[in-house]
Amino acid sequence: MLNIRDFAVSFRTRRGEVQAVRGISLDLSEGETLGIVGESGSGKSVTSYALMRILDAGGRIKAGSAVFDGRDLAQAAERDMQAIRGREISMIFQNPRAALNPIRKVGHQLEDVLRRHGRATRADARAKAIEALEAVRIRDAEARYDAYPFELSGGMCQRVVFAIALACGPRLLIADEPTTGLDITTQKAVMDLVRDLTRARGMSSILITHDLGLAAEYCDRLAVMKDGQIVETGPAAALFADPQHSYTRKLVDATPRAGAGLRDLLPLEARTPLADHVPGDRALVQVRDLVKTYPGKSGPVHAVKGISFTIREGQSVGLVGESGCGKSTTSSMLVRLLDRTSGDILFEGLDIADIPADRFVRDKRRSQIQMVFQDATDSLNPRHSARQTIADPILRMSDLRGTALQTRIEELATLCGLPLPLLDRFPHQLSGGQKARVGIARAIALDPKFLILDEPTAALDVSIQAVVLNLLADLRARLGMTYLFVSHDLNVVRLLCDHVIVMQGGEIVEQGPAAQVMDTPSHPYTRTLLAAAPKPPTTNTTTQAAKSAAE
Amino acid sequence: MTQATDIPGRKPDGAWAHLLHVLRENPVTMLSFGMFAFFLLQAFFGALIVPHDPLATNAANALQPPNWTHWFGTDSLGRDVFSRVVVATRLDLTISVLAVAISFVIGSVLGAIAGYWGGWIDAVLNRVLDTIMAFPLFVLAMGIVAALGNTVENIIYATALINIPFYARLVRAEVNIRREAGFALAARLSGNSHFRTLAFHIFPNALPPMMVQVSLNMGWAILNAAGLSFIGLGVRPPTPEWGIMVAEGANYIISGHWWVALFPGLWLMLAVFTFNLMGDGLRDIVDPRRRT
Amino acid sequence: MAGRTRAIGMRLAQTVPVIIGVIVISFILTRALPGDPAVYFAGAMADAESIQQVREALGLDKPLVTQFFLYVGDLAQGDLGRSISTGQPVLTDLAARLPASLELTLSALVLSCLIAIPLGVLAAVRQGSWVDHLCRVLVTAGVSLPTFFTGILLVYVFYYLLGWAPSPLGRLDFIYFEPPRVTGFYLVDSLIAGDLETFAATLRQLTLPTITLALFTLAPIARMTRAAMLQALSSDYIRTARAAGLSRGKILFGYGLRNALLPVVTTLGMVFSFVLGANVLVEKVFAWPGIGSYAVEALVASDYAAVQGFVLAMAFLFVTLNLIIDLSYALIDPRIGFDTK
Repeated sequence: MLNIRDFAVSFRTRRGEVQAVRGISLDLSEGETLGIVGESGSGKSVTSYALMRILDAGGRIKAGSAVFDGRDLAQAAERDMQAIRGREISMIFQNPRAALNPIRKVGHQLEDVLRRHGRATRADARAKAIEALEAVRIRDAEARYDAYPFELSGGMCQRVVFAIALACGPRLLIADEPTTGLDITTQKAVMDLVRDLTRARGMSSILITHDLGLAAEYCDRLAVMKDGQIVETGPAAALFADPQHSYTRKLVDATPRAGAGLRDLLPLEARTPLADHVPGDRALVQVRDLVKTYPGKSGPVHAVKGISFTIREGQSVGLVGESGCGKSTTSSMLVRLLDRTSGDILFEGLDIADIPADRFVRDKRRSQIQMVFQDATDSLNPRHSARQTIADPILRMSDLRGTALQTRIEELATLCGLPLPLLDRFPHQLSGGQKARVGIARAIALDPKFLILDEPTAALDVSIQAVVLNLLADLRARLGMTYLFVSHDLNVVRLLCDHVIVMQGGEIVEQGPAAQVMDTPSHPYTRTLLAAAPKPPTTNTTTQAAKSAAE
Repeated sequence: MTQATDIPGRKPDGAWAHLLHVLRENPVTMLSFGMFAFFLLQAFFGALIVPHDPLATNAANALQPPNWTHWFGTDSLGRDVFSRVVVATRLDLTISVLAVAISFVIGSVLGAIAGYWGGWIDAVLNRVLDTIMAFPLFVLAMGIVAALGNTVENIIYATALINIPFYARLVRAEVNIRREAGFALAARLSGNSHFRTLAFHIFPNALPPMMVQVSLNMGWAILNAAGLSFIGLGVRPPTPEWGIMVAEGANYIISGHWWVALFPGLWLMLAVFTFNLMGDGLRDIVDPRRRT
Repeated sequence: MAGRTRAIGMRLAQTVPVIIGVIVISFILTRALPGDPAVYFAGAMADAESIQQVREALGLDKPLVTQFFLYVGDLAQGDLGRSISTGQPVLTDLAARLPASLELTLSALVLSCLIAIPLGVLAAVRQGSWVDHLCRVLVTAGVSLPTFFTGILLVYVFYYLLGWAPSPLGRLDFIYFEPPRVTGFYLVDSLIAGDLETFAATLRQLTLPTITLALFTLAPIARMTRAAMLQALSSDYIRTARAAGLSRGKILFGYGLRNALLPVVTTLGMVFSFVLGANVLVEKVFAWPGIGSYAVEALVASDYAAVQGFVLAMAFLFVTLNLIIDLSYALIDPRIGFDTK
């Protein structure tokens, strides 16, 4: 149905021509679901835009063909493409809220497409649009017709985008990271809907994603892309079980999955034994009836509704929940950036919740409680070099100066695996993984006892995530730190934590040892979360590695 | 970013090398900085190098078209237009630089405080700025100079006051979006007080957009001062000043004596043009992300 | 849509502190005169007796707070004082001259929007083409041109050299009669009177000052249109629209321009501020009998009541214009009145 041959796309930039896609070949048959998987910059999204011929200015198809139903999309006239888009091939995107015109009612946006492709007339457009909304299982479609995108949730917006894509009965759907940025339960709902509807209509689809696990669960066949080329294609299960190409193997290894340990995420040669990690018995942090209430325009907002838990010395605790569950508010209060409404936070037995966040800066325990931030880019001052960034806490909170300071900075960089020559670079000159290392080096600069990790890998590619998670585990063992790992991803939390706390709506719904919560969850919400997480097929390599690790 | 990993060990450029790099990369920036230097030279040395006394009148020489003795011709009192145009540079630049400096400092402090702490300080500042902005700015400057008295200092104060809202709002917005940024929170965790976080971590990041504003405002400030002089406020004759000279020349334009108004107007326009062009270059210079 | 009603109500309420602020500032300006304000307000020709009269009339012998309330009381009755040069109440003078200023300002704005918006759109759609470069040159040159200088140049070229334009003296050549006053706008009034000849004469007088002002306001509008259009065209919903196969026209105008116009409407406020200021200068150059040249004449004659009245009137005019802009924005943008985080 779609045959892509030697397809190449390039962009004109100020620094000359950049090859984004370098001659790829793919085939897609009727009713098949193909997953294109790759990390950022692999050219996977560019491929899809090029197929639709909606590349940004400066981008063009350099070579090759993409024959869809006997027509070469690479050569077709713009007029013909307009008729193909939306009617024959349609697309859904990441960040669904931005993908809809913010000042036009969603119903009208649907009508635009229907009328454009002659599927509706002025008279029956409204009815047809409501029909299309109902088709993607939007309840109360009649009322939703008049809604603006900002009035809808992210998941609902994605359904509307999907409705627009399906409205004219296309035969091929291209989904470009359709669930990135959505909560894990919403992600599952959207993906299930896409699978069900495309199957029911006998459509073919292409799923473009960075998440190998997600692709493996929803696709028949996978193609792995790297640097604009396809390194491997094959049936999902086979590709996962026995990856041929070294890059595919690296990706498969790095994808968190059931039964895999931390070291299993790394390439085989990097799997040094993991130091033993035995939590102590003394309580380091005790939280009692912690409450945070914000004044809101329509009444107070209860972000955290009286939670209690204890973190023992050397323990790694995972704090898990979806957006808006109160996990970030909790971590801000623990790290003393935010004042609590009521409740106690005991650090080494002493209440620190009473010290206002403004004044905690001068407390001697400031250096003991530190945090690694979610977005490495956002958390580094763009005007400071890596060296200045790491030096900042040392200068403010210790007496190290001169050569001793430089020695300490270099020691920290080495500890975090940051090559010393990179110390004089500014953040924009560093890669994502390097920035994460700088952020970690800053956080551990003064040997904190308690380190809060706020989704430290959420913005990273999966292979970098694997490295950073392992680095964190090594640092924990070497420096004897206690971690609170805040994350939305149970699969990742499982890897690093001994104890898991699940939050929903500002309350703790379940907590207990990691294995217990993950394997025999008692609360229905935990079960929902676990069920929603993509489940990549378990692989031979993992089980073998797990065995060898257990020995 | 991938390129960054390819060349390990390369030290980033120094500030001077960076300046040269920015100038070399963009010819428009180069041109604007060259023109700026041209005006600076006139401002510093203009009075020393001009061929005639800018104030010397000579009725016998009145309204001569441009010639070899008087390059830009003479005005109705026989004064040399070229000398007057060049000498006026210092006054016009002084007014705009001082006015912009005052509004930059006051606006930055107010905006940074309001943007960082928010709350009632922010609310009060916003109302005050709204009130200033509720006047058409040139009209407010007219009112202020008319009320305070017709002097050069008052022109500077009036120009500074009407520009404060631009800086205050810009800094407020730039500080506000970074208040909760990861690096600002990280600075707090590193033991920086609120003041240090604001002054050394957040505020410097607002500089690149402010530089664009500074250069635009320098242009406006000159236009504003010249406009006030044009309607007879501020600088008084016979002091050479571009606005007054255009005003004087305006009376002779309908009789065809174009040079009296044209040259001061041209200089004024070129000065404003220079400042407007400099904006992007200035931003590139203070923005570390432009360093490669 | 309760949120919208509340947002509009909030916006209306916001003008109250602004108007109070404007009154306070203008009060300070009237009292900040160095020396004895009474001497200034009485004018250069006044004797001791009339100065004393003015002092009592203004309440300058009373405490400052009382003076302020007297001032507010006067304002409420529309009393801005009496002009020394014309002998008329300032308000009467301003009202008589306002239509001339408005006619000039509005025609300049209409002209510059008619040029700037298509230019900005074209520049954004054909980014990097000659239209784009032309747009950039015009924008930078436009903001660099002192309006009074442009006016003089245009007069020199089109009146002195080419003789195409009439002499730059006022709204109507002296050989024509003013059309019967209905709106005060000569263009409208002459049409109402069915007097095409006067209409044409008005248009001729209006052309040069309008172009002068329009050249000045063109720049910010074109710059904003281009930037907003570029941003709109690079946003995700345009990509969605393209992927859905919508026609190019629908994408550019229905989706792109509609969104791009929102920030353009917001800049109009700033443009009004510039244009009302530049108006003063242009009116002086073209001897236009509007409130700007009235203020300039008053300045020369040290007629302070007239100047302060002018400043206050301009502030009220500007506040009203901004209010209209914001309210119309609320009508176009459905997001107004909702807390979007």
